[in-house]
Amino acid sequence: MTRKPNPIRRRLLGTLAAAPFVLPSTGLAQPARPATRAIPSSGEAIPLVGLGSWITFNVGNDSAARDASAEVMRNFFLHGGRLIDSSPMYGSSQEVIGHGLKKLGRPAYLFSADKVWISDGDEGPTQIEQSRRLWGVPRFDLLQVHNLLAWEEHLPALFDMKAAGRLRHVGITTSHGRRHGELEKIMASQPLDFVQITYNLHDREAERRLFPLARERGIAVIVNRPFRQGELLDRLARHRLPAWAAEIDCTSWAQFALKFIISHPAVTCAIPATTRVDHVIENMNSAAGRLPDQAMRARMIAYVERL
Amino acid sequence: MSEWWSYSLRDLLLFSPQTYYRQFELHNTEWWPLPLLTLGLGVALLFLLQRGGVRTRRPALMALVFCWVWVAWAFHWQRYAAINPAGGYFALAFAIEALLLLWLIAPGPQPEFVPKLHRRAGMGLFLYALLLHPLIGLAQGRSLAQAEVFGMAPDPTALATLGALLFVRARAFWLLAPISLLWCLISGATLWAMKAPDFFVMPLIALLAIVIATASTTTVQSCIDLHR
Ligand SMILES: NC(=O)c1ccc[n+]([C@@H]2O[C@H](COP(=O)([O-])OP(=O)(O)OC[C@H]3O[C@@H](n4cnc5c(N)ncnc54)[C@H](OP(=O)(O)O)[C@@H]3O)[C@@H](O)[C@H]2O)c1
Repeated sequence: MTRKPNPIRRRLLGTLAAAPFVLPSTGLAQPARPATRAIPSSGEAIPLVGLGSWITFNVGNDSAARDASAEVMRNFFLHGGRLIDSSPMYGSSQEVIGHGLKKLGRPAYLFSADKVWISDGDEGPTQIEQSRRLWGVPRFDLLQVHNLLAWEEHLPALFDMKAAGRLRHVGITTSHGRRHGELEKIMASQPLDFVQITYNLHDREAERRLFPLARERGIAVIVNRPFRQGELLDRLARHRLPAWAAEIDCTSWAQFALKFIISHPAVTCAIPATTRVDHVIENMNSAAGRLPDQAMRARMIAYVERL
Repeated sequence: MSEWWSYSLRDLLLFSPQTYYRQFELHNTEWWPLPLLTLGLGVALLFLLQRGGVRTRRPALMALVFCWVWVAWAFHWQRYAAINPAGGYFALAFAIEALLLLWLIAPGPQPEFVPKLHRRAGMGLFLYALLLHPLIGLAQGRSLAQAEVFGMAPDPTALATLGALLFVRARAFWLLAPISLLWCLISGATLWAMKAPDFFVMPLIALLAIVIATASTTTVQSCIDLHR
């Protein structure tokens, strides 16, 4: 039987060979690869953990902080990360990602996810083009309508871009549990590849209707605010991690929180943001070990709710 | 943004406290030793103001105008706008304040009488902005390199201006102070969103300045009425 060559795998291996930054020749063991899940519409598999950029990468013109962000990205890629999420709403974050990608030699397996965030639909293409230049990518892998803003105008334009081969996937985002009713209608009526919503140990509203609908309609789900912008971890840090967390290879609350999210079968990728190299490694590693099953997920919720 | 009411101020904060305070460090380092010079300028300004004559006041107020223009361009426009999209609007507001302050310098009838209360309060506020406010970060474990200095950073510049306005011309206060007062609120809100313990300082001082200015306006009015 001849195996069809997997273009992503080829791209991945090719870039790994070509980009010494990704795997430094230190003789260290290769980090464990994160588990992946397929995007239903394209079949492409992406790692269960990605990287957000809200606040953490908005460092302005600070060259030391830009280099620190590039270091976070380097470790993200080194540990098998692919999807980076940003938005024109995030101050200098897109520019900082562009700086990192330039410095690191833009890995071909990068999965660039950005957004369009402007109330006038006619200005969408200009904003997208500006974002693309800031990232320094030939085209985006995913463009999402940010917070449903002017979605009636932006979505047709994004579908056109996709049809013309200038974009690979189309999506829409919301967060904090806002406007789920409207999102549900859009998911039911539009040929979306992705939705991005908030889901974590505390905010589980998406489980009720959005996740089943995403599975039914074949829509990939990106989960934002996995740590409620750090507030969830601050709260959990006051308590000891239960000993049974070791059964799912958890060594920290961050991994506990992430494993809970990515073990939901409707979730394609969670996108925690961080300024720290140790944190990005910890987050990536949460997609590498065992994941909780249904019973364990129930136990996790019950435990956290008791704290 | 729809459902805007469901957003709290903290949801809208675009940067971390580290990034915010780092802006002052980068600004001070880039322009060093200008922070020392603007501090010196502040001391000279205070000296000239308290000497009282119209002629000595003009160069002092001119220096204040320069500080507002400088903060508008070098801080808000060149630096802060990179992490806060509202930076451009702040730059514009600071430039407008500089123009308004020019009005104080323009030849015309000068106030004959500024009550002692405002002179003292104005002087105290100016001294606080110049000497104490830059040290507020030290108490929270930040380095002196991140000090917010008069003439370089918006907060002490706005506070010192409120002091100068109380000191110089109580009745012009209501025309010239709104931008400084508004800035005190914006700065306080930013610090609150960042959970900074000193978030209340700027709004509180703004409130005090308003109370004193209100007292001063009534006193001035009653003095004028008395002399009629
Ligand atoms: N409407 C939308 O489209 C929308 C809305 C919200 C968010 N998003 C996207 O989702 C991403 C994630 O959400 P978020 O940034 O709001 O919050 P988040 O990822 O839930 O939390 C980020 C915070 O968690 C901390 N953190 C990360 N990894 C950690 C670890 N291993 N241990 C301890 N602390 C850790 C980070 O601090 P350190 O820097 O110290 O690690 C950071 O302060 C955003 O960056 C953005 O890309 C999209």
